[in-house]
Amino acid sequence: MAVKTLTINGEQYSAQEGESILSVARQHHIPIPTLCHLEGLSTVGACRLCVVQVEGSPKLLPACTTKVEEGMVVTTSNTKLDKYRRMIVALLASEGNHVCAVCVANNHCELQDLAYQVGLVRVRYPYLYPDKKLDATHKEYVMDHNRCVLCTRCVRVCDEVEGAHVWDVAGRGINCEIVSGLNDNWGNSQTCTECGKCVMVCPTGALFEKGVTVSEMEKKKGFLKYIITARQKKEWVSISND
Amino acid sequence: MSDTIIKPKVATVWLGGCSGCHMSFLDLDERLLELADKIQLVFSPIADVKVFPQDVDITLVEGAVTNDENEEMAHTIRKNSRYVLSFGDCATTGNVTAMRNRFTEKELIDRSYRELSDICNSVPNDFTLIAKLREQATPLHHVIRVDAFLHGCPPTPDEIWFAMNELLQGRIPIFNTQFLRYG
Ligand code: SF4
Ligand code: SF4
Ligand code: SF4
Ligand code: FES
Repeated sequence: MAVKTLTINGEQYSAQEGESILSVARQHHIPIPTLCHLEGLSTVGACRLCVVQVEGSPKLLPACTTKVEEGMVVTTSNTKLDKYRRMIVALLASEGNHVCAVCVANNHCELQDLAYQVGLVRVRYPYLYPDKKLDATHKEYVMDHNRCVLCTRCVRVCDEVEGAHVWDVAGRGINCEIVSGLNDNWGNSQTCTECGKCVMVCPTGALFEKGVTVSEMEKKKGFLKYIITARQKKEWVSISND
Repeated sequence: MSDTIIKPKVATVWLGGCSGCHMSFLDLDERLLELADKIQLVFSPIADVKVFPQDVDITLVEGAVTNDENEEMAHTIRKNSRYVLSFGDCATTGNVTAMRNRFTEKELIDRSYRELSDICNSVPNDFTLIAKLREQATPLHHVIRVDAFLHGCPPTPDEIWFAMNELLQGRIPIFNTQFLRYG
């Protein structure tokens, strides 16, 4: 495969053709915040947190979906990018009902981590306090739409890795929501295998195990690497379950 | 006579919060003595002062702005203070106090005074005596300008100590690196 040379934040890097900017940045420990992206799942470019500036492009481009090109000049952080990222996290916080102090995912939440990473000191937008539902009909798990950031990781892991395709996205704009089956209660799903993969990849406290209380829901994502390596390389290697 | 050192005037205010942030302030323990040497506490739920004074240097505000009395107080605080600090998650995000925002005032009052009461089945109606709920509980900075934000539910004594010392040295404490956290 052809090798491409590009510049990121003034340094030269080489990358494989077809690789994303994010992948190169990760290999070289250049921090780019991400939310919808998860190694092992398909890439959708939905959250826009990973936007970077590419010289010659009038638009900011998501690092997770943009492929490297020869001679590309990329900036991953500057005042404008940092500001947009803060705005995205602030909008996510204001359009849901996030009360970290009483949340199962408190201290183990990727949305919290992002808020710290982008320096979200306060939210200037009015909070919307939307009237969202909580679905506790499943035997093992709960879906609390109040904390869902619509990253669609649950949709993808269930479809692409478990092969059950329980979850889907319904509605548009502010009415967009994750639904199970044909917008039925999760507990009625005929296809859910109760594997818990969606719960583990969910970045927030939206999906959690029954019985956990404040701060107790830690997500273990190691299984994903394990399964993907097994499928691609036919190697059943044990991987730390972080 | 030796020079009199003018100590900064500090106020702490309890709006729509559970008082947990103030409890955490008291958990400064022996550091409170050190603080007492450095400041004058001119208004606080732990001091018997009825009216928010003029010319306060630093005011720590716990809680969201949840009723008309809080709102009036917030404006007084801003008018009379040099630095205003949102003290804890309720002041900063609305937090637990704002969980009531999805319900109407009638639903809230019925729940608190009728459904959950076993004896006196009546609802308050004289709002000259008790504060009236605002339509929504909001973070302090949605009502007045705020200079700095101390996060956490509640902020830890170490975080409060850091904030106080920064403010006492005339600096706006910056939390976005060291102490930024929610919950
Ligand atoms: S999901 Fe994360 S950001 Fe939302 S309330 Fe829970 S801990 Fe806070
Ligand atoms: S439930 Fe969780 S994983 Fe699914 S879209 Fe919402 S935040 Fe993402
Ligand atoms: S932030 Fe937490 S401790 Fe402080 S008033 Fe609110 S609920 Fe209480
Ligand atoms: S991580 Fe790239 S768009 Fe979400």
